[in-house]
Amino acid sequence: MSTPLLSEGVGGPDSPPAQPAGPRGGTARPTRVHRRARAGGTGPLGIGVVTIWLSLIVLLPLAAVTVKALDDGTGTFWDAVSSKQAVNALVFTLVVSLVAAAINAVTGTLVAWVLVRDDFKGKGAVNALIDLPFALPTIVAGLTLIALYGKNSPVGIDVTYTRTAVLLALLFVTLPFVVRSVQPVLIELDREMEEASTSLGATPGQTFRHIVLPNLRPAILSGAALSFARAVGEFGSIVLISGNVPFQTEVSSVYIFKLQESSQNPIAAAAVAVVLLLVSLVVLIGIRVLERRGGDHA
Amino acid sequence: MITVENVDKHYGDFHALKGIDLEIESGSLTALLGPSGSGKSTLLRVIAGLEIPTSGRVILDGKDVTNLAPQQRGIGFVFQHYAAFKHMTVRDNVAFGLKVRKKPKTEIKDKVDELLRVVGLDGYQQRYPSQLSGGQRQRMALARALAIEPAVLLLDEPFGALDAKVRAELRTWLRRLHDEVHVTTVLVTHDQEEALDVADTIAVMDAGQIAQTGGPRELYDAPVSDFVMSFLGPVARLGEALVRPHDLELSVDARDGALEAQVVRVVHLGFEVRVELLLAQAGEGAEPVVAQITRAEEQALELSAGDIVWVRPVLAAA
Repeated sequence: MSTPLLSEGVGGPDSPPAQPAGPRGGTARPTRVHRRARAGGTGPLGIGVVTIWLSLIVLLPLAAVTVKALDDGTGTFWDAVSSKQAVNALVFTLVVSLVAAAINAVTGTLVAWVLVRDDFKGKGAVNALIDLPFALPTIVAGLTLIALYGKNSPVGIDVTYTRTAVLLALLFVTLPFVVRSVQPVLIELDREMEEASTSLGATPGQTFRHIVLPNLRPAILSGAALSFARAVGEFGSIVLISGNVPFQTEVSSVYIFKLQESSQNPIAAAAVAVVLLLVSLVVLIGIRVLERRGGDHA
Repeated sequence: MITVENVDKHYGDFHALKGIDLEIESGSLTALLGPSGSGKSTLLRVIAGLEIPTSGRVILDGKDVTNLAPQQRGIGFVFQHYAAFKHMTVRDNVAFGLKVRKKPKTEIKDKVDELLRVVGLDGYQQRYPSQLSGGQRQRMALARALAIEPAVLLLDEPFGALDAKVRAELRTWLRRLHDEVHVTTVLVTHDQEEALDVADTIAVMDAGQIAQTGGPRELYDAPVSDFVMSFLGPVARLGEALVRPHDLELSVDARDGALEAQVVRVVHLGFEVRVELLLAQAGEGAEPVVAQITRAEEQALELSAGDIVWVRPVLAAA
């Protein structure tokens, strides 16, 4: 936040409200009530409910899968996650997700740029369409891709059972992330910075590289990280089009599915799941760090 | 020398600039003064190349720059809200124009240090804009604009976002700076006091046109229209005539050309006394006329609320 706010700032969040509209001159009591109402806290009951809810829905299942993975000891766990097929699936998942995130960083920024800076007919419709891949059931996404790029492709392109197909599916479902994280930052971006840069003699390219991009970077990175996290766990859109060929197009989530359903090996499934869980955690922490750093000088 | 020739600017249906002709002398400090929406900022942006005029020409030092991109005009532009590069330190902000010109590193460093000394920000090199006050940010923006040694310095309401005290300080400081560096400067403002205080020449703008151009004194003493007169300072309306409050003469007896009025309020402001009067000929709910007289004059008249007086313009001023 900028200093003008601070310099005039009569009422930071912690200072008592500066002269509310109501009658003045009460004791400390009404003020405190006023403060609590403004903070909107719900008290111990609310905190308790939220704790139980999050535990039931998120923490306990995570703990359960971790315990399950270690049912037969760390040796079995290690065997499960270090098997050739598991490692192959994991490496492929990470690489293809990384590629998808990198492509999204570029195209997502471009899409956001066009949506914010250009005026054209149907802009509202395009803007709404961005969220469709996110809202669509992923299995439907997979089917749409097969309809266009499958065996009987109307455009003569058949990518089924290839790594390209996996990448395409991931690009489809992760489209909104970078767009939606860059868009608001771009809207808020001070256009006068660009004009100042121009008046100082910078070419449009220099202005973009030195002025616009550094201000968008945190949003681009966090959008890309989100789309990476989503891609790592993607299942529905991939399972039909990729063919799940081991050592070829098999991603970790599909591998886990096979372990659980076909091989009847829930412990190995849980073990690989824990690895994916760790990857997600790392990405999540990374995003938080990025966001904090992005706010440094803003 | 900046010459603006017959410049028109339309935004859709809105006619922002209507046939502007203006000459700004080299080395001068000129203010474009007008109410909001009068087109003063648009004119400044046309000179900078940030807006392309619908028709007309802009000539800088004899060169037609109408179709030249802003980065090729050699212009320093300062924005109301600073337009600080918030991801860069103060040093990098000021160095920006020199860096894109690929100047040698040591030259850039020396130049930046020198400029920061000139604007009083020496020692702030490593700070970020968010760690500066508004006034400091604007001085940084000025140093940044001056770094490229512009032929013309354009300031768009540069002190508009600052509080009154800082604004007055920076104004005086800007005038001193201008007397030192002598770069042709155009300042946009809606504050008549600021324009009168700082500028050599003032162009008063109204509804996309230039109402009058001249020195501060000329504009104040010989305004060509009621608009210019009322925009440059307080006015009192006596019948058909607009008069400055300090050019009103009060008397307790009827005199030639004087109008009858009743004293509503007498305000003592030290040396000056402000007398609020209701003209006898004024209708219901009319605004009182304010006369400024000296303490000595007021003591001679012994005015108090309810008194009947006669008021007319001081003859010399009429």
